[in-house]
Amino acid sequence: MSRVGLRSVLILTTLCTLCASGVVVAAMASNSAAAPPEPPTNLIAVDKPWDGGGVVELEWTASVTPDIKGYEVFVHQMVSPLVGELETNMQADAEAEDQTQEILEGEGVAPEDADQQARVEAENDVTLTTNEPEWTSMGIVLGNELAYTATGLDKATPYVFMVRTIGADSTASANSNITTQLIPVAAWFDGEKLPLFCILGVICGAVFLFVLLARNGMPMKIRTIAGLKAVDEAVGRATEMGRSILYINGIQDMDDLQTVAGVTVLGHVAKTAAEYDAKIEVPTSRSLVMTAARETVQASYFTAARPDAYNPDLIYYVTDEQFGFVAYVSGMMTREKPAACFYMGAFFAESLILAETGNSVGAIQIAGTAQPSQLPFFVAACDYTLIGEEFFAASAYLSGQPDQLGSLKGQDVGKILVGILIIIGVTLATIASATASAPGLAGLHESMTSAVDFLVNTILGS
Amino acid sequence: MQVLTRSIPLLITGLAGLVMILSAFFPYTSDWGKIAGNFFNIIAAFAFVLGGGNLLKIHLKKVSDQSEGWGYSGVILVCFITTLVVGLGKLGAYPNPDFPNVRLSGETQSSGGFWWAYEYVFKPLTATMFSMLAFYVASAAFRAFRAKNFEAILLLGTAFIILLGRTFAGVLVTGFISPDGPLGGLRLEELSVYVMQVFNTAGNRAIMIGISLGIASTSLKILLGIDRSFLGSGD
Repeated sequence: MSRVGLRSVLILTTLCTLCASGVVVAAMASNSAAAPPEPPTNLIAVDKPWDGGGVVELEWTASVTPDIKGYEVFVHQMVSPLVGELETNMQADAEAEDQTQEILEGEGVAPEDADQQARVEAENDVTLTTNEPEWTSMGIVLGNELAYTATGLDKATPYVFMVRTIGADSTASANSNITTQLIPVAAWFDGEKLPLFCILGVICGAVFLFVLLARNGMPMKIRTIAGLKAVDEAVGRATEMGRSILYINGIQDMDDLQTVAGVTVLGHVAKTAAEYDAKIEVPTSRSLVMTAARETVQASYFTAARPDAYNPDLIYYVTDEQFGFVAYVSGMMTREKPAACFYMGAFFAESLILAETGNSVGAIQIAGTAQPSQLPFFVAACDYTLIGEEFFAASAYLSGQPDQLGSLKGQDVGKILVGILIIIGVTLATIASATASAPGLAGLHESMTSAVDFLVNTILGS
Repeated sequence: MQVLTRSIPLLITGLAGLVMILSAFFPYTSDWGKIAGNFFNIIAAFAFVLGGGNLLKIHLKKVSDQSEGWGYSGVILVCFITTLVVGLGKLGAYPNPDFPNVRLSGETQSSGGFWWAYEYVFKPLTATMFSMLAFYVASAAFRAFRAKNFEAILLLGTAFIILLGRTFAGVLVTGFISPDGPLGGLRLEELSVYVMQVFNTAGNRAIMIGISLGIASTSLKILLGIDRSFLGSGD
């Protein structure tokens, strides 16, 4: 390479180096321009009053940095003093064991001194580690929001909180001040459920009142329920045909109110069957239901003055498994061809299989359930269906006792209450919608929107 | 005897119900509700043994008497006893790696005869029963949608809209209507959504409100002892 050529290469290399330096300097200048935003100040955490515990309300003063993306809220769960001491001791023990050997080998001290020294060092290490908060992000709120409600916390553990500002370019600020330790304890009454408590009080009060009025002789009228009126017809048909009555009490246990209501109806069906001398068979999918059904049917046979006709072997357990139960009952229906089938209780996918099998063997079928998803299947395949509340009213209807009829009247008060709430809600929502774009009615729109929000989130949401 | 068969059960029912209500509103009693639930689970676990005993008794009697259909009872007994022995004995299950010499230390959820029976006998049988539902739906729909009267015609029309609106054929049938035009809502897929969101939801909510009130009223009757028929002593 010639001397001129070598010089040119040197000049070119120098120029490139200078350019590269310039780029780096420019980049550094650019980085220094994007300084992190300022953190928020005066962060305060308060345990939410009148709640079920586990909720903390946070408030802070806005960051002085303009144009920010939002604030990120962080939480650190402290360990409770007792658990903390225990954990520290356990960690220190484990660490001390490791360190003893190192001290013995490395420093040549006596074994007992090595133990002691290791223990002290381990405790220091563990305490230092456990004192460093481990921040967990709870979420990001918008820049114009200066409050956050932290939920889902443990009711018995202390927490501390911290907030960082998130800048427009997503850089995070330094930490805000850390709040003082706070345990989100529960109040003696969960205030959020107050509306529900009041509604429950009104409905239960109304039921109570009408039961008392019925006891004092107030006449109670109840409309005819076709499905329950047909019980006698179904049992009579089974007697005439000399075939059995099949009673299925759903596939849930006794902790489901539908099963309890089903057992109640069973008592009345069994009493009619005892009077007509018809055979009633009750396969169950739960052992407790079998026990309750036996007690109920036995009492019905006693009431009908036919204790000799009671056969406990006709009320038996099959299996807890949904489709195992269906397979057994469907097979039995096909073989024995019962004249009447009752399905009273909680049913799921098996409802249609059972009802269609019953239909195919020509049985008169009466169903009752409070599972809205299964009602169409029963309506399609059964002769009579008790829909929802009719099923729960069956006991009162069949017994005819004033006490029970009074409870149905009390239920009607609940319906009136619901009706009033629906009318109020619809009216408020309509006004809020109509005034949304009307000039000069912004105040009314805001009030109506707040009222709808209160109705939906506070009253119905409780 | 009245005390044992009526008073004590009513007292237990009333107390358990009261505890459940209190635990819903008073946070300090929330654990009481869980405890009441645990009691039920314990009783249910004991009752499971009762159920197994009853199953054996009923079907052994049927086989012994050779009553009608006793062969089916024989099949139930064989299946029940085989599953019980294989499951409790953990036949074929790999022992726990920490205790390789203890055969019963293994678990039955991923190996052994019990797992095999569950995976290759029980699950296919269950799936077979469940899949039969499709045929039952078809036969029930055929009967329900016969246009016998005005209500049945309404039901048929609604079913027609819903079924077609949820298939590709429905989209094709009314595909000529512009989705952004004034008649866009008449496209079958839109009508289907409208029927489900407005009419179906309204009807469903009405039923749900009735059910909720029925549950509240029935619960109160049981807690107060007004309705005792579930104890076999109602009338």
